[in-house]
Amino acid sequence: MDFNDTKEEAEYRAKVRAWLDQNAERKKSSKDALPSLGLEEALERARKWQATKAEGGFACITWPKEYGGQGGSSIHNVIYSQEESKYLVPSGFYAIGLGMCVPTVLAWGTEEHKERYVAPAIHGDEIWCQLFSEPAGGSDVAGLRTKAEKDGDEWVINGQKVWTSGAHYCDYGIVVVRTDPNVPKHKGLTMFIIDMKSEGVEVRPIKQMSGESEFNEVFFTNVRVPDSNRLGNPGDGWKVALTTLMNERLAVGGGGGADWEELMSLGRESELEQMAAMSNGAVRERVADWYVQTQGLKYTRFRTLTALSKGQTPGPESSISKVVSAAKMQDLGSFAMDLQGQAGIIRDREVSPQGAIFQNQWMGGAGYRIAGGTDEILRNIVAERVLGLPQDIRVDKDKPYNELPK
Amino acid sequence: MNFDFSDDQKLLKESVKKMLSDKCDLGRVRKVLDGDQPFAKDVWDALVEMGVTGTAIPEEYGGLGLGALELCVVAEELGRSAAPVPFSSSVYLATEALLVAGTEEQKQAWLPKLASGEVIGTFAMAEGFTAASPRTVEVAFNGGKLNGTKVAVPDGDIADIAVVLANTGGSGDKALSLVVVDLKASGVTIEPVKTIDPTRSHANITFKDAPAELMGTEGEGWANTGTVFDSAAVLMAFEQIGGAEAAMWMARDYALERYAFGRLIGSYQAIKHKIADMYVKLELARSNCYFGAMMLNDKGAELPEAAAAARISATEAYRYAAQENIQVHGGIGYTWEADTQFYFRRSKLLALALGSALEWKDKLVARLETRNAA
Repeated sequence: MDFNDTKEEAEYRAKVRAWLDQNAERKKSSKDALPSLGLEEALERARKWQATKAEGGFACITWPKEYGGQGGSSIHNVIYSQEESKYLVPSGFYAIGLGMCVPTVLAWGTEEHKERYVAPAIHGDEIWCQLFSEPAGGSDVAGLRTKAEKDGDEWVINGQKVWTSGAHYCDYGIVVVRTDPNVPKHKGLTMFIIDMKSEGVEVRPIKQMSGESEFNEVFFTNVRVPDSNRLGNPGDGWKVALTTLMNERLAVGGGGGADWEELMSLGRESELEQMAAMSNGAVRERVADWYVQTQGLKYTRFRTLTALSKGQTPGPESSISKVVSAAKMQDLGSFAMDLQGQAGIIRDREVSPQGAIFQNQWMGGAGYRIAGGTDEILRNIVAERVLGLPQDIRVDKDKPYNELPK
Repeated sequence: MNFDFSDDQKLLKESVKKMLSDKCDLGRVRKVLDGDQPFAKDVWDALVEMGVTGTAIPEEYGGLGLGALELCVVAEELGRSAAPVPFSSSVYLATEALLVAGTEEQKQAWLPKLASGEVIGTFAMAEGFTAASPRTVEVAFNGGKLNGTKVAVPDGDIADIAVVLANTGGSGDKALSLVVVDLKASGVTIEPVKTIDPTRSHANITFKDAPAELMGTEGEGWANTGTVFDSAAVLMAFEQIGGAEAAMWMARDYALERYAFGRLIGSYQAIKHKIADMYVKLELARSNCYFGAMMLNDKGAELPEAAAAARISATEAYRYAAQENIQVHGGIGYTWEADTQFYFRRSKLLALALGSALEWKDKLVARLETRNAA
């Protein structure tokens, strides 16, 4: 057992480092970050970096060469990400498009789609978003109501999507809609590529409970999409969406934020029962529990990487990651606030300990436990796919969609 | 990245697994529960025959001279089968203590016999209903004689020798030393005790001027115990995840066969999520165990933290799987006939064997604080 690279991996890592050294600035500490900018400037900065990566041969590493990818393995991708995280580079704007949407185009698109969309995505010229969730379909995405009706060579879309990250700056999206309400819900869906600048698409930001606006709702009013933008056959939309969702669950892992070390440092500075909080047994027990969870998740990732490094399919163990990290994120934030006495209610980056990270985490954890698969859906997935337990009885499974109670 | 066991180690694991599924199913464990034999001698003999008792003992002392990783895979299978054998006492504790603190003569005297299974060893620590420490250990060693009573000594009625944590009169942590005692010698009285898990025998042992030998340096007993327990914690954690996994699959299988309200109980989320949580805790523990195994094998500087993390998470995984397995079974799971009890009993036995999670969590944080200050 060791954590070492194979010879080939070490060579690739050296190549990546040499390239990053020439093209980016190394972080001085792990907390080092790029200055924050307004949306337009931040987009421009991200676009430039994506183009630089594409030219250097480090964008979309696992995608096929014929469409502009690098034809590399998953482990190459992991090595690149590990190294890139040590440098001050922009992140975020491209994660959903390149992590979920364009891979779906690669898996289900026609030759024309791939020729048209893949290369501009790799170079950062076009940004993508994902339009699945609806007010009436969150965990039960297949219960969605947005509909598309065929009109000649076009489809006419009407309805509403929600929780769409980046819809206000994206160029394209993949949208799943109901094209046949007369068949059971999973069978009447179809996926389309949609130009976000189309007439009838309206994007409105959602103000979250935390006060921030990281997502949008998107309204479709008589939006016309050519039939040639269809991904897969009419009625295959659910199968196509599953490709995207599998990628999403891989992408959403690891919560980041404050962990046991930040809690320990808070525990040294705050008092409980006239002693340093870190000498309190209840505090020590929590620090230990969260240390053990964090280490467990880290080494679970290492087990997955080992399988990738050996060219094997990773086991199902990575499915535990978000269930554990989301609960930890929220509980740790809440507990750390308890250590701050009555002032723990203050959520002000200027005065709250460690830039209000604990208050933000307590608040944000409530969303993180839902995003990209709720705690409950993730447990269903473990129970059904890993442990072979049966699905819940689904009363809507064989009934036509238009006969379901709504 | 090569964070996995080798093919040879997996092969060893499979052969131990096969032997145990042939010779040590839960029916065999039940014979120890219901009968008057303190352990499954036939299973022990089969383990000895496979050579696994000498896995980590150097060849010069009659062992196989393999690393800790081989012992980890054996431990996981022993845990899975809930084997009623004195393996942990003899191998993780007595053997390890001799390797850590024994004199050359003591190693030569005992290790070959421990490797060959001719001698079974154990480790005697507790004296009352409290965590053992330099403040509470009173069994006294002086002038080559041992006096006092140790309680709940694992496999105390089976073992031939015991490593005993004894008071040698120094101050603070230096009060304690490790000594080795031949339990067949004069002045030793052994009384089996009733415990929560009769499939692993325990005994109270009273020493009255029993001849014993100091191991290593006087006053280093507490520190050496910590070293022995760090490695034992990793190995025992593998037993715990083996048991936790067996309990999880038992719950899963029952959920796929029992109907209630016209449906398989495994189709209710209350049951599914419970079993999914068993899996989550199990895999978290397994990952911590792997790192513990790696640190143990490499004698890495992070072994104390890694061992604590493995022990804490494996204890929790086994606790949850064993207790909720009974809950999934409902009333039948609480009967004497049901096999659920074996994991339930063993999970708590192992949870206390090296000190509870309360002790290990505090120890872990103390280590993190030291590392942080350094």
